[in-house]
Amino acid sequence: MYFGLSEDQIMLQDSVGRYLEGASELEAVRKFTEGDTTLADTLHSGMEELGVPFVLLPEALNGQILGGLGMGVLEAALIQEALGRHIAPSSFATAYGMAVVGLREAGDEDWLSQIAMGSARMAVGMTEAIGVREDAGLSLSGDTVSGRASFVMGADGATHFLLTTGDQLIVVERGAKGVSETALTTIDKTRNVVTLDLDKASAALIAGNNHAVALRKMIDAGRVLLAADTLGAAAMMLEKAVAYSKERDQFNRPIGSFQAVKHMCAEMAARLEPCRALVWYAAYAQDHVPEEAALMACLAKSHVSDVSKFVARTATEVHGGMGFTDLLGLHYWFKRIGANRQLLGGPEKLRAEAAELQGWG
Amino acid sequence: MDLNLTQEYEDFRAEVRGFLEKHKDSAPSRSDRSVRSKKRLAWQELLLQNGYAARTHPKQYGGFGAAPDALKARIIAEEFARASAPGGISGQGINMLVPTLLELGTDEQKDTYIKPTLAGEMVWCQGYSEPGAGSDLAALRTAAVVDGDDFVINGQKIWTSTAQFADMMFCLVRTEPDAPKHQGISYILIDMNTPGIEVRPLMTMTGFAEFNEVFFTDVRVPVTSIVGNRGEGWMVANATLTHERGMLGDPDAALGRLRSIAEIMQKEHIDGKPLIEDAVYRDRLVKLQAEAQAMKMNGMRLTTLSSEKKSSGMAGLLVKLQGCELNHQMADLAIDVMGEYGILYEDSPFIRDQGMWQTHYMFDLGLIIGGGSAQIQKNIISERGLGMPREPKPQPGSFKSGASKAN
Repeated sequence: MYFGLSEDQIMLQDSVGRYLEGASELEAVRKFTEGDTTLADTLHSGMEELGVPFVLLPEALNGQILGGLGMGVLEAALIQEALGRHIAPSSFATAYGMAVVGLREAGDEDWLSQIAMGSARMAVGMTEAIGVREDAGLSLSGDTVSGRASFVMGADGATHFLLTTGDQLIVVERGAKGVSETALTTIDKTRNVVTLDLDKASAALIAGNNHAVALRKMIDAGRVLLAADTLGAAAMMLEKAVAYSKERDQFNRPIGSFQAVKHMCAEMAARLEPCRALVWYAAYAQDHVPEEAALMACLAKSHVSDVSKFVARTATEVHGGMGFTDLLGLHYWFKRIGANRQLLGGPEKLRAEAAELQGWG
Repeated sequence: MDLNLTQEYEDFRAEVRGFLEKHKDSAPSRSDRSVRSKKRLAWQELLLQNGYAARTHPKQYGGFGAAPDALKARIIAEEFARASAPGGISGQGINMLVPTLLELGTDEQKDTYIKPTLAGEMVWCQGYSEPGAGSDLAALRTAAVVDGDDFVINGQKIWTSTAQFADMMFCLVRTEPDAPKHQGISYILIDMNTPGIEVRPLMTMTGFAEFNEVFFTDVRVPVTSIVGNRGEGWMVANATLTHERGMLGDPDAALGRLRSIAEIMQKEHIDGKPLIEDAVYRDRLVKLQAEAQAMKMNGMRLTTLSSEKKSSGMAGLLVKLQGCELNHQMADLAIDVMGEYGILYEDSPFIRDQGMWQTHYMFDLGLIIGGGSAQIQKNIISERGLGMPREPKPQPGSFKSGASKAN
């Protein structure tokens, strides 16, 4: 038994982290949030050079060579943690995480090969598979689809949308007839979310006849990846709070020498560190412990969301008035954690699902 | 990540399981806490012979002499829990004194004390805390003055669990009153039958006397009872405090407690519906499950770090703080779901689970304090784990205790 990361996994996470530390530094992210999309493109090509988009792609599927790295959700989660840590504008979690997991499970080598070649990049809309709000939901009629898919993630640079009618998975081409996009303004400007209104848009079912399983796996993997993103962002907020507390003097001493401040930091660290082991295990379970995959995804995302909300708030507080300013930019991490919490199921929803999975009530 | 066990460990698990199947009938009940009962001592002997107690202690002192292996230790714990069989005798003698003697004791001390302690025949208590020395343990004042070949001890200890049964105490005393406080302490071993020792039970909020106070009046022990040198007791004690922190917070136990609460919620009905169908209580249950799961995974990570001889870092520093808090919150939920039945206690009619959740709820509050309070843990986490600065030492006389501005 070995509970921890392998040398290769540590190297993978370090190399992505090192790249992002330079490429996705705060001022570049700030420009992105102000409407200059250069950073998303730069990161996409930089990550491509590191092989990041190919992590979950199989080497070959149904006799077709795809040239992927054939790794698991754990490796993807380690990459996502680094992305969250550097609040990177990236559609990795959806385009090369969720979409690839779903298509891999369904056995759709054609779409995967397009993804591998770079001719398709998929945004993902799964909100209605988790809960349907008024006026939302898609219905398929023959080979066209109508209705609304809300909170579609990863639209930056996307060529297609991977959507669900609730039990089927379909692909819709971006910009095609009957596809209308509404860009949403959210608290988290490091990633873009859109709502789609479809009016008899042409839709292609993905391969395979067990879409329910592929859908479940996509959502589970998506939840784990969002948990990893949140973990990375929260860990960074804690580090920033500790660093600030050592620099900032009041009453002729660093505020980090006051127990009131030390205990805030200790509480953040003590609650956050076990989240790391939980995320590792939940990610590992996706590929190696199938009977626990859904439950662990629910437990990990709900727990990491709650702990990180506490960290986001407390780390901001440790920064005093400065934490509240735009100048310091701490709010980008705060908001990224806040947005992740709401997407693909908030904590209460996830815990209700976890209870159901265990036959509790 | 590889959560499969290699053949060596699968075989070891089978061996432990086989042992338990064969011998389970001779095991005392898990709730049997009696000291020196024949059944417990016989069970301990069997465990020692087979390496399921004192596994890594040297053979010459009655241990099994195996190389340290965190994974095997974990497998033993898991299998004993699975079979509901009690593990080897634990307690402060085995967990704290023995490792200290092995590291710092004289050959004579090792020969005299370790074997009977491991066998469960010699019971120890720990004399550290005093009424005026809790978190600031180094402020302790119980004095030991050399007179001929003896130390003469006067003073008082508190929070001394098992003192009423103990044969011996390992104790911190002040031998160098003029030295700075950390350098004036010595670690000595005291026979509890020595004249001048009085043990008074200390009743706590649980209604039980889990602890005692121990009073020393001109208690004479030979100067050879010291472990380490005079004035080095603080260093000797710190070696054992590390062992005590390791004792607390078993993540499998937390998940076990959680399962018991889920069972209560399935069993107990209100208005004809099982409590597990109540969305609010269920949410609290799953919230604690997620946290218990995180602590279990953190524990597995620690097992691997320990097998790899790597430092456990933050993952290790947080265990006591988080583990005790989690247990306390679980007892809190168990009481809440029982509603009015949650207040039943002692031998009340209609009582559930012998009132153990109330006992846990109150006793866990003691555990949050004992063995390094939550506030001390947070100091350790922030200073050692996060590298935050220590609080500057106050100037002498800068605080007046008991002074009130109104006067």
